[in-house]
Amino acid sequence: MRLTDEEKGILDGKQGEAARIALSVLVDLGEVFGAESLMPVSQAHIDATLYMVDAGLQFVEKLANLGAKTAVPTSLNPSAIDLVRWKELGVSPEIFPKHHRLAAAYIKMQAIPTWTCAPYQQGIIPRFGEQIAWGESNAIAFANSVIGARTNRYADLMDICAAIIGKVPKFGLHLSRNRKAKMLIELKGFTGSMFENDAIYPLLGYLVGEIASDQVAAVLGMPPSVTFDNLKGFFAGAASSGAVGLCHLVGITPEAQSLEMCFQGSQPENVLQITPEMIADFEHRLQTVQSESIDWITTGCPHYSPAEFMRLAELINGEKVHSSVAFWVFTSRTVYAWIKENGILKQLADAGITVFTDGCPLQYPRESWNFSAAMTDSAKFANYCYSQTGLPSAFGSLADCVDTAVSGKIRRRESPWNKK
Amino acid sequence: MEQKIKGRCVVPGIAAGEVLVTSQPISFWGGVDPATGLINDPQHELFRQSVAGKVLVFPFGKGSSTGSLIMLELARVDKAPAAIVNVRTEPILATGPIVCKHFYGKEIPIISLVEKSFQMLETGQHVTVNATEKVIIIHH
Repeated sequence: MRLTDEEKGILDGKQGEAARIALSVLVDLGEVFGAESLMPVSQAHIDATLYMVDAGLQFVEKLANLGAKTAVPTSLNPSAIDLVRWKELGVSPEIFPKHHRLAAAYIKMQAIPTWTCAPYQQGIIPRFGEQIAWGESNAIAFANSVIGARTNRYADLMDICAAIIGKVPKFGLHLSRNRKAKMLIELKGFTGSMFENDAIYPLLGYLVGEIASDQVAAVLGMPPSVTFDNLKGFFAGAASSGAVGLCHLVGITPEAQSLEMCFQGSQPENVLQITPEMIADFEHRLQTVQSESIDWITTGCPHYSPAEFMRLAELINGEKVHSSVAFWVFTSRTVYAWIKENGILKQLADAGITVFTDGCPLQYPRESWNFSAAMTDSAKFANYCYSQTGLPSAFGSLADCVDTAVSGKIRRRESPWNKK
Repeated sequence: MEQKIKGRCVVPGIAAGEVLVTSQPISFWGGVDPATGLINDPQHELFRQSVAGKVLVFPFGKGSSTGSLIMLELARVDKAPAAIVNVRTEPILATGPIVCKHFYGKEIPIISLVEKSFQMLETGQHVTVNATEKVIIIHH
């Protein structure tokens, strides 16, 4: 890699040990991927913000204690827990200090304590073509594919290194030529009523992620009426089943308004199809729960938006969550403030729904909650729930989740792709 | 008898161990238990097998960007793979071993192979991965 004199100086330790470590990591990554040089980014989003393992805490505290500061505006992914109402969430007082130490280390480095996995919903939202360094798989896929900002899939710990230096190696999705689609995925046999069911988007995304894996794909056939939250669910699914950093949705992704734009004038290397039958099969595969009873409904993976809260309030209207069920929603403090302001929070609380901020539903303190089966409207959560927490889960639309919450038993409205 | 396979160096270093092969991609976060090194994704064909000390052979990584953090923790508790062999290595997968080198001074070499060479590796083989010299040596 060609380095500037200033960069060489940093590697020699002239700007301190933290900068030396951070740049060494970036340069090594650049060498692996054949980057010719480093390039500036204008913002960063840090993924490794939830205390999970001691190695992460050690690394971040070391950088903070060495006096590292972020060089560009830097937002933060969720903590593992609600940092304010952690007692209500059942977090043990023994483990809380580690969560707190990790949060404090990032704040010491002058990151902005946004604590959300949906940074595109509020805060420092990137613009089309902006070069950024984001962690968090769902946010990366969203930034590249919906906004048209440019980031690689930066891993935990790489993201904070990029934030400290304010640069990344110039490779991968930062460069136009690597944003060209290789495969074409056609949606075949889908009807308008299928696209009206919100549950289709996380499922479609999950399937696209499985097919595309780590390749840039173009998907033809998504309806132009797709909403912001549909896309959020789609890309959270896609980035959890595959290593999807960018997936062109033809006519939706800013730089992919036509097939020609997706493939930059060349032809797809292969063409594949997704049919409603595949969605039905996959929905069945995603379900790990055997029983009829559900005692935990969890949504907000990724963090819920104002529009999703409005929809939830509309669906639960006048009903109450069954006494055997806990219904939790995770969101950012910003969205929480909005729903508190407009009365939705009280409406949900009256129905028996609890809203947590800052945290991640996959990191719920298992020792405090003896849940036996979960239900969710997130394909990402359903995918990771069993392997991360040992808890079987079911996937359904938000309407299914609400019906299930009220009865305590799995309730599913017939989905159009399941009709025989 | 020895057999040599030429590859591309992704992360330099030398390590030896027993091969564990899967044709399926691996997500370290949500797929590998950071305390034990056991594959904990019930949908994975290596479910309940340990990656600790193995030369882990899989086509490419997938899933959450937290994978690198899990790799760093596996290294901290000595449950990391000895080396990794891929067809394609994506940035999230490479980050774990890179940070590991600069933070713990531990090497987890990664080498990538063309598909045909990748097929030559089988579970149970004893190999030396010399990523620095871009070669894998199979000890028969």
